[in-house]
Amino acid sequence: MSTAGATVGSRLADIVGPQHVITDPARLAAFAVDNEKPSAAVSPQSSAEIVEVVKFAAKDQLAIVATGARTKLGIGLPPRQYDIALDMTRLDRVVAYDPGDLTLSVEAGIPLRKLGGILAEHRQFLPLGVPYLSQTTIGGTIASGVDSPLRQMYGTARDYLLGMEFVTGEGVAAKSGGRVVKNVTGYDIHKLMIGALGTLGIITRINFKTFPTPSASRAFVATFQTVERACGMRNRVAQSPLAPMTMELFSPGVAGLFAGKAAAQIEPNSMPENVISGTRWTFTMGFSGNENTLKRYETDLHKMAEECGAVDLVVLSGSQIAAAFARKREFVPIALSSSPAATILKMSVLPMRMAEALATAARAAEANRLPWVAMARGVGVIYFAVLPTERNEEAKQQAAHASNQILAACAALGGQASIPWCPTEWKSALKVWGLERADFVQMQKLKNVFDPRGVLSPGRFAGGI
Amino acid sequence: MDPRVVSELKKLLGAEAVLHRPEELLLYEYDGSVEIARPNCVAFPRTTSDVVGIVQIANRYQVPVVGRGAGTGLSGGALARQGGILVPFSRMNRILEVDAENQRATVQPGVVNADVSVAVAHLGLHFAPDPSSQRASTIGGNVSENSGGPHTLAYGVTTNHVLSLEVVLPTGEVVRLGSPALDSPGYDLPGLFVGSEGTLALVTEVTVKLTRLPEAVKTLLAIFDTVDDATETVVDITARGITPAACEMLDGWTIRAVEAYVHAGFPVDCAAVLLLEVDGLRQAVEQHAEDVADVCRLHHAREVRVARDEHERALLWKGRKNAFGAVGRLSPTYYVQDGVIPRTKLPDTLRRINEIGTKYGFEIGNIFHAGDGNLHPIILFDAREEEQFRRAVVTADEIIGFCIEMGGSITGEHGVGMEKDRLMPLLFSEDELNLMRRVRDAFNPAGLLNPGKIFPTTKGCGEIHVRPLPVAGASRA
Repeated sequence: MSTAGATVGSRLADIVGPQHVITDPARLAAFAVDNEKPSAAVSPQSSAEIVEVVKFAAKDQLAIVATGARTKLGIGLPPRQYDIALDMTRLDRVVAYDPGDLTLSVEAGIPLRKLGGILAEHRQFLPLGVPYLSQTTIGGTIASGVDSPLRQMYGTARDYLLGMEFVTGEGVAAKSGGRVVKNVTGYDIHKLMIGALGTLGIITRINFKTFPTPSASRAFVATFQTVERACGMRNRVAQSPLAPMTMELFSPGVAGLFAGKAAAQIEPNSMPENVISGTRWTFTMGFSGNENTLKRYETDLHKMAEECGAVDLVVLSGSQIAAAFARKREFVPIALSSSPAATILKMSVLPMRMAEALATAARAAEANRLPWVAMARGVGVIYFAVLPTERNEEAKQQAAHASNQILAACAALGGQASIPWCPTEWKSALKVWGLERADFVQMQKLKNVFDPRGVLSPGRFAGGI
Repeated sequence: MDPRVVSELKKLLGAEAVLHRPEELLLYEYDGSVEIARPNCVAFPRTTSDVVGIVQIANRYQVPVVGRGAGTGLSGGALARQGGILVPFSRMNRILEVDAENQRATVQPGVVNADVSVAVAHLGLHFAPDPSSQRASTIGGNVSENSGGPHTLAYGVTTNHVLSLEVVLPTGEVVRLGSPALDSPGYDLPGLFVGSEGTLALVTEVTVKLTRLPEAVKTLLAIFDTVDDATETVVDITARGITPAACEMLDGWTIRAVEAYVHAGFPVDCAAVLLLEVDGLRQAVEQHAEDVADVCRLHHAREVRVARDEHERALLWKGRKNAFGAVGRLSPTYYVQDGVIPRTKLPDTLRRINEIGTKYGFEIGNIFHAGDGNLHPIILFDAREEEQFRRAVVTADEIIGFCIEMGGSITGEHGVGMEKDRLMPLLFSEDELNLMRRVRDAFNPAGLLNPGKIFPTTKGCGEIHVRPLPVAGASRA
């Protein structure tokens, strides 16, 4: 154990008790962020203890990274400094759940899976079908800003998050919003915390709107010869009265990925056979409702798919949906585990420009001899994964070239892109946060308000914030 | 104020775009609230660069700048509390772009809310947030206040429909926040600026989402003989996980006021009605309407009427949306509150409001977004009588205190403005208020932009009304 680790560890032990502090380097490896290990990990049980830890860190110029299940710590740039891992998993209580009001308040460290169980008892749920679902905490899910196929119908966390409690970089415990479903009291600071990687505050408590579980659902799957035709199907649905719960397009390579060993490890229920095509583009759409509504969807979708030139189509129900949905949800971890140097871009474009964006990205990857797969959400968000077979200098250069072309293409299509996932040692060569933005200065102003001394995850965010 | 401000503004905008004579300013000392504050002058920009010029003049002479839409706000947000330049956006009222395929529109802030929906109706689209003031209120005002409306129960409030903003910061910088595509990497700046009540920037352009019009709509009027039955119905509808597109309640007192004015067809002899709407696919709407009607009957609805055609439906909504106008005929002044409570507490809260009214000698009408738990108790009084005014404020504060006790909020959609700033400490600690002040100061360091709003003001800070201190249930509980 290093001397610095011992000193920091003993100060932390004073705050939370020695049994909740780790200073053993072997055990600290689990808390590494981009290969950087902290000197200590601390597991507080209350916001008050977090305040003490942050105040201590601020005074001694130490840097903190808050962690949950540690599944998404690779997102963002490497921390400029990293001394203390703040393990949030002991803050795992449901603070309040009012099923009659469809509102919920939970501590940040509660596992999403556990929470799902509690809500299911009341036939309710949170529309967070996010990657790493079986491990992830609610705090990590919100702080990392990952999304869910269900955003097609329910929007993203910003649409159903009612309020939040957090601790700033100066050790101030504060809240914004509230617990009621409508509220305009004060600034919506909690929206800033979504996807901020803990650079503005350590989220301690989150209040949500919950949703009734839909009665019955089905999934419609159709395959198309070209990306243009698959996107045409998406556009056809978007211009109809149908209200999908989920809507995704998959590139031909995804079939192999979903049938592979990595996918089976992440999601043991096997993918229904012959659903996703290995040679064509696949369109999938989930929908729900009563018997008549389901029939209406099936009829309309069959007609639309035929008009759009579908090669074949199938309707899934029951456990088939669960298995297919799980793969869609876990697209990122499945892609990451399928290549030694998986590099995943998140592209956002206007929905009608998706075919163009996908074609351009495919050309960029192929011109650089990189295998690739893509999942595109109906709302205009694309996960484009390049999957080099080697993790070496050549692959890095190829990935850098391809991703630069894709970033520029997205900007030209009225959108933007970033690279949330790539090998750590490639981060200096890749534009992890995308092209520089006009509002960067405004973001810096906020960082200066919430964390003037740079205690919280310094350097990990856009522009090195 | 330095007289050169007016001459410089005239040079910038032309003489016809600047008002400064006392009789011209009269109209601008009001908005939809009970507050009054007179600006020193009024300047009408036509372009973003006009706005930049106005802000630069304000900076040079260190005078406040306050943005204004249609002035329908209910919390004094668009009043120049500390004087200075009032900037109505009524001449920046163009719809700049409609992108039907991507369901986006880019508009100037002075565009009237309903005009956006009218302009895109032929494309089968609309702008979903529908404040009751939507025939007058502007998108810029909606953005500043994060306005709601009856259909926000299912569709969400303004912030859920705003993708990108062009703003002018108090320094005169023009900045674009967010993007027409989703998930801009970086902090959610539009999320912070929407609902910031004009204290962070002046909004000069807004890109909004357009929502597809539903294929089918059914509007139901459920009629009840007791208020309790109506509120219990709302509790039950919510608990069953039925989300109507709208779920509005009007009590008997309000219905009688509305009927005398609008003739919407509300029964004048009942204790309360629920105005419910379900929409979506034809097949789903039939069943949803049945489900909703069943719950109403279970809670002793005397009658559940379904609007037979578009005309009947429009009439019912006209009654709802003109309710405040109807109430305005009954009394020289009315005071509308905007508290929010958990939906499960509706029956208790309505009973309590009634008791509080009796205690202070006011009859209080209730017309509100029941499905959201967003209350709008209306207190009628005569503002010319100082004692009545004070009593009305004490009554309102006690109602708001009860909402907070129930775990609720002091404002659901009207904003804090200069009306509820003194109530903020009931919800937020000094640390929390300071943090929000620092957010404001980061963008608005000199405090020239809409000063005296949201945050509790200390004495001698240019306050216009000296109000009695709140009598808050929360602090006595």
